[in-house]
Amino acid sequence: MQKFSGLELLRRALGGHKSWQPQWRNPDPKPEYDAVIIGAGGHGLAAAYYLAKEHGITRVAVLERGWLGGGNTGRNTTIVRSNYLFDESAALYEHSVKLWEGLSQDINYNVMYSARGVLMLAHNIHDVQSFKRHVHANRLNGVDNEWLTAEQCKEFCPPLNISSMRYPILGGALQRRGGTARHDAVAWGFARAADARGVDIIQNCEVTGIRRGADGAVEGVETSRGFIRTKKIGVSAAGHTSVVMAMAGVRMPLESYPLQALVSEPVKPAFPTVVMSNTIHAYISQSDKGEMVIGAGTDAYTSYSQRGALHITTHTLDAICELVPQFRRLRMLRNWGGIVDVTPDRSPIIAKTPVPGLYVNCGWGTGGFKATPGSGNVFAHTIAKDAPHPINAPFTLERFRDGFLIDEAAAAAVAH
Amino acid sequence: MLIITCPWCGARPELEFRYGGEAHIARPADPSTLTDEEWADFLYNRTNPKGLHAERWRHVHGCGRFFNAVRDTVSDFFVVTYKAGETRPDIAGDQAK
Amino acid sequence: MTNRFRTPSGGRIDRSAPVSFRFDGKTYSGYKGDTLASALIANGVHLLGRSFKYHRPRGILSAGSDEPNALVAVARDAARVAPNLRATQVELYEGLSAESQNRWPSLAFDAGAINDLAAPFLPAGFYYKTFMWPAGAWKRFYEPKIRAMAGLGKAPTLPDPDRYTQNYAFCDVLVVGAGPAGLAAALAAAESGARVILCDEQAELGGSLLAEVGATIEGKPAQAWLADTLASLSKHENVTLLPRTTAFGYFPHNMIALAERVSEHLAAPDHDLPRERLWQVRATEVVIASGAHERPLVFPDNDRPGVMLADSGRTYVSRYGAKPGDRAVIFTACDSGYRTALELKAAGVTIAAIADLRPQLHGELPSRALAAGIDVRPGTVVTGTSGRLRVSSADLAKVSGGAVGRSETIACDTVLMSGGYTPSLHLFSQSRGKLVWDAASGSYLPGTSVERERSAGACRGVYGLNAVLEDGYAAGEAAAKAARDTASPQRGATPVNGASSRSFKAEAPDLGNDGFIGATPHNRNPAFAKAFVDWQNDVTSKDIKLATREGMRSIEHMKRYTTTGMATDQGKTSNMNALGIVSEALGTPVPQIGLTTFRPPFTPTTFGIFAGEARGDLFDPVRKTPIHDWAAEHGAAFEDVGLWKRAWYFPKAGEDLHAAVARECKAVRASVGMFDASTLGKIEIVGPDAAEFMNRMYTNAWAKLEPGRLRYGVMLREDGFVMDDGVVGRMAPDRFHVTTTTGGAPRVLAHMEDYLQTEWPDLDVWLTSTTEQWAVIAVQGPNARAVLEPLVEGIDLGKEAFPHMSVREGRICGVPTRLFSVSFTGELGFEVNVPAEYGRFIWEAIHASGERFGITPYGTETMHVLRAEKGYIIVGQETDGTATPDDVNLGWAVGKAKKDFVGKRSLARASMSAPDRKQLVGLLTTNPATVLEEGAQIVADPTAPVPVPMLGHVTSAYHSAVLGRSIALAVIKGGRARIGQKLSVPMPGSVIEVEVVEPMFYDPKGERLNA
Repeated sequence: MQKFSGLELLRRALGGHKSWQPQWRNPDPKPEYDAVIIGAGGHGLAAAYYLAKEHGITRVAVLERGWLGGGNTGRNTTIVRSNYLFDESAALYEHSVKLWEGLSQDINYNVMYSARGVLMLAHNIHDVQSFKRHVHANRLNGVDNEWLTAEQCKEFCPPLNISSMRYPILGGALQRRGGTARHDAVAWGFARAADARGVDIIQNCEVTGIRRGADGAVEGVETSRGFIRTKKIGVSAAGHTSVVMAMAGVRMPLESYPLQALVSEPVKPAFPTVVMSNTIHAYISQSDKGEMVIGAGTDAYTSYSQRGALHITTHTLDAICELVPQFRRLRMLRNWGGIVDVTPDRSPIIAKTPVPGLYVNCGWGTGGFKATPGSGNVFAHTIAKDAPHPINAPFTLERFRDGFLIDEAAAAAVAH
Repeated sequence: MLIITCPWCGARPELEFRYGGEAHIARPADPSTLTDEEWADFLYNRTNPKGLHAERWRHVHGCGRFFNAVRDTVSDFFVVTYKAGETRPDIAGDQAK
Repeated sequence: MTNRFRTPSGGRIDRSAPVSFRFDGKTYSGYKGDTLASALIANGVHLLGRSFKYHRPRGILSAGSDEPNALVAVARDAARVAPNLRATQVELYEGLSAESQNRWPSLAFDAGAINDLAAPFLPAGFYYKTFMWPAGAWKRFYEPKIRAMAGLGKAPTLPDPDRYTQNYAFCDVLVVGAGPAGLAAALAAAESGARVILCDEQAELGGSLLAEVGATIEGKPAQAWLADTLASLSKHENVTLLPRTTAFGYFPHNMIALAERVSEHLAAPDHDLPRERLWQVRATEVVIASGAHERPLVFPDNDRPGVMLADSGRTYVSRYGAKPGDRAVIFTACDSGYRTALELKAAGVTIAAIADLRPQLHGELPSRALAAGIDVRPGTVVTGTSGRLRVSSADLAKVSGGAVGRSETIACDTVLMSGGYTPSLHLFSQSRGKLVWDAASGSYLPGTSVERERSAGACRGVYGLNAVLEDGYAAGEAAAKAARDTASPQRGATPVNGASSRSFKAEAPDLGNDGFIGATPHNRNPAFAKAFVDWQNDVTSKDIKLATREGMRSIEHMKRYTTTGMATDQGKTSNMNALGIVSEALGTPVPQIGLTTFRPPFTPTTFGIFAGEARGDLFDPVRKTPIHDWAAEHGAAFEDVGLWKRAWYFPKAGEDLHAAVARECKAVRASVGMFDASTLGKIEIVGPDAAEFMNRMYTNAWAKLEPGRLRYGVMLREDGFVMDDGVVGRMAPDRFHVTTTTGGAPRVLAHMEDYLQTEWPDLDVWLTSTTEQWAVIAVQGPNARAVLEPLVEGIDLGKEAFPHMSVREGRICGVPTRLFSVSFTGELGFEVNVPAEYGRFIWEAIHASGERFGITPYGTETMHVLRAEKGYIIVGQETDGTATPDDVNLGWAVGKAKKDFVGKRSLARASMSAPDRKQLVGLLTTNPATVLEEGAQIVADPTAPVPVPMLGHVTSAYHSAVLGRSIALAVIKGGRARIGQKLSVPMPGSVIEVEVVEPMFYDPKGERLNA
């Protein structure tokens, strides 16, 4: 792998940048791998990277229907935080934030993790009670999260309107270590680092079937580029998880919904942090390029169309203009949709499945980006050891049968 | 914003409706006879197909009725809507039939 | 030099109406009908901005919405600031004030231009490769620097005072674009009687006809035909003409979103006018007549001010009477460049040379150029330009078989370029139509339609004025017919156009459809030459080639890695050239590389129009009870509960929340208080199967509840967790009066309807929401009966006749009432239900009757304290969607003998009765003055290392004035078995000791209920 650094950039500039190599190869699939990951989004690529790095499993293929990083990785609003309520969630997301903090150095790719803080606004007494419960639980779990009064919110994020509005702000929960990262860089960085360790990333290769043996265990995957033999398949297909798992005959507790996001035209720095308001359904941050990056909840009905309705966008911008009324004159530059797979308890599944050799990482709903390194890390462990890492052990499929839900949404009325 | 044809009221904008999830998942007549596995399948597992999907809608800001629809989840075009209690109509190319 | 570059006559500006305006503080003059760009050009001003990354000086590239360079901020006052507006679209008005952007200290001298010198070290994606050391420095050091350099204009800093409105509209045929194709389509549809909406983003309808000087249509000069056609269209009652209106988004089922600029072009807009208006148009059929964008040529130094798209240069002359310069070099790959040359020459601009990329010339326009004595050079490229803030010369060189000869420098102040036309596919692509590659024209064209739309004219590759008019007319006729035949736009349809039934006999020069995609060859040192593909984002052909070397083979990767096509023009000028360069670099044909997705909006669209009137009190409906105004008049503080405003507490002079609540609580316990409970959800459940339905929906057993009695009901979700609760009255064997929580009312009714309609349609039951029909007044306290007795007729309030948990119908002050004997305070209590319109009257009557007892109105906070003293739960506070009935001590309300009810099966799962489930308990702090914080966590060992094992959390905590100490409710793992234990509540910097107690702090035997 060619090293990336300022010095290398200078050195190669003298040669007109002619000597840069492809960041990843474009290999043809081999007939057999030790493990196959389905889906070259951030999660799948991270899993492949950690399989190679931490478990020495390098005969790995990552199969991607389209282009790597082309799904939710490249369509989300890049918020990173770990101030989740339940112990299980806090451990998982905190694992991820810790990896984020050293990720650029680890994979030698600047993922621009920017811990500019994530501020979640409380608009009513119920929000206050709920967020304080988070703050206390987070503190005892070693996750930073602090309560700010409305005035402190305003001080931390001066553009914010806190009073002349329908639902005045009563305070907020701030995770200072939260922030944003550069979404494409995460996919590309993991792809490059995995590729360097021997992982084959095979794009434009659609999985059309999962072959199982007489014992029920997986034998390989049928693809648009031929059959690939393997004993371990990790499904990391986000919105398409139900479709892929159906190929192995596994029904999933998932529904796929459109999730929209939008950006404004770029402007000079005008919004210093990430602000989320679940009560009025909107969140906003400013990218390094200057665009206001804005999102909200999912559309109302299941869909694979990768687009949503105008009235959802309209409602999101109602809320943004209420929170930051000086942004009413900014203009929307792009609006797009992704497909998010949602579980009944809004927590992910990172687990073994009833099919031997088949593993699944899914159900991230609207909150998967923040978990990319952590999720890939424990998913790799699960695939390598055929057993979950302690961090993902609670995130099973069986929890729905047994009733051990990890219901962040119900408990907090907070979207991810 | 979709246009949805309520079988009772006709074509109306999506804002008048509320989505109700996958259709034709009947509540078991006697849940106590089900295993945990079967009960979880009823409660939580969904087909979530990419393609034709039989689903429930309620004309909540209209007649208030639940009804069913077959919609293509790739294009979001409706193929048919029909009253609750009716069986899923035969549709060419409908793999779920 | 005022208007030195203005032609003496011609164009559509009004020379009798001069307009004064300012740019970067300097005053200029233009004319009515000018854009800011055309007025500046007439004044010889071409330096308008600085580029995004290298801060290179930039001028005006185009004459329309595809402009990537000439972005300015326009400020009417301190609050009315709009950044990033295209000077090519800003209409001039008296007093307009515009400023250039992204420069410091001035436009002519910009310190950021140092980046241009450092450009070799800043190739595409450089930021992914560096700024990684030391860890953490990105956020602290590098990012702030990069963020300050990046971005275009400055965001406004004051709330926008302007209004925005929203319209819904329906039509048979929506025509997008009022150029020749769109006008013809609208004519055809209008004449057939269809309801037509014709919109166009420009200030005037007419599109390319507005700059058409040589052509005739139906025997008339094109602009005269245009005027007649618009006059004719505006006479049709069934036609709505919308200039200044951009169709920016194509949503499913033919919902098209339009943004209309209503008053931004006016010098002094009427206050009644909105600034902009959002149209959501549901069209049965859509005709897209969005035209084509002229493509720039990618050659070194193609970004200097004075380098412009050729047809835009012509437009400035022919439409605005503004010459782009004195001496122009034209670089073209198609015949359109010659038309520009001829019209500029006719206006007095010297054409220094025409460099034509094509080796051979033929056709009418090149012949005319030769005949006019213009220096035409086939097989020639421009290899560079010179000049600091404005182009001063261009280098021309012969090219043959890819080999570029020596350059000759030609002095000029203008370079006009044309690489042919790119059909505008944005809306078609947004509609999910499939694009097809047309090798003959070298462009993507609309293929199969998905929605009910059809494209007409240049946006589908039809060129030539007559052909475009007829194509438009045929599309309009076919669309109107299709709309007549099938009214519903819910299904896509394959459009079929017939031949136009009208002949337009248009005569115009033949422009052909030649063009070029990619980077033109040059003889410069590739290490230093910058040939721009995306002007605004400073992406050069070198960047694109570097990205292909680095493995970015998909056009999506290319776009994201280099940012080409991601600027505010969304790639209108850059996408096809980028594709051409990738194609050449990879040796892959263009159609195999793919195209990036076109995403809404077509052009940037103001946030304000989406928000519309939804601000402040109109952001969400405000729900108020019938007693709201009384409470407000009596000084109540309110809290938001869902959409409701609820009276929170009633402070007297000098009281804070704490003092008011203490007083209110004591008053209820000592004498009597009154509380507005009207926000509680109410559902009337009626029918022969009502009791059976209740049995299935609630955990409780209802069959034996006698009419006239009340029961507290618990409702579960099917997964077994508590969803809602409320008191239910049986009014008759077939009639129940159900109450729900305030927030849960719609959810509960929807839940009930779902089961009733879809699972048990055989049950004969009707559900009706009566939340808004009843005002509910709770009268609570030892004197409650005495307060009500004088007012009530027909109901015996006596202890025996009307025991606790009963309901009676009668009258109060002559008004029909359903009177509940019920208590959420632990005191003797009643809830008076009266028709909502009598709510305030009865409230005031009760208040008057209670005066002798010092009756005290109380709010939600006191209600919370009083019920907590009694250990009554609030769903949503003690429960959080993960609590079973047993968890919150409601096991008694679960009908064990019932075979089934919603949620019963889920309760049978092992997890639901696990011993370490969190259970409701009370907490008493060792120090009675300490009030716990709601949400605080409870632990056994506060000294345990992080992560500290947590047992549960405080759900409610108050100071109880009656008890003279703090109280709290909590849910704790295995809590009931821990009663009597001491636990800890760790707070930042301190630990609070608590004792676990029964969740009942006052009158544990419940004697006061029956006082």
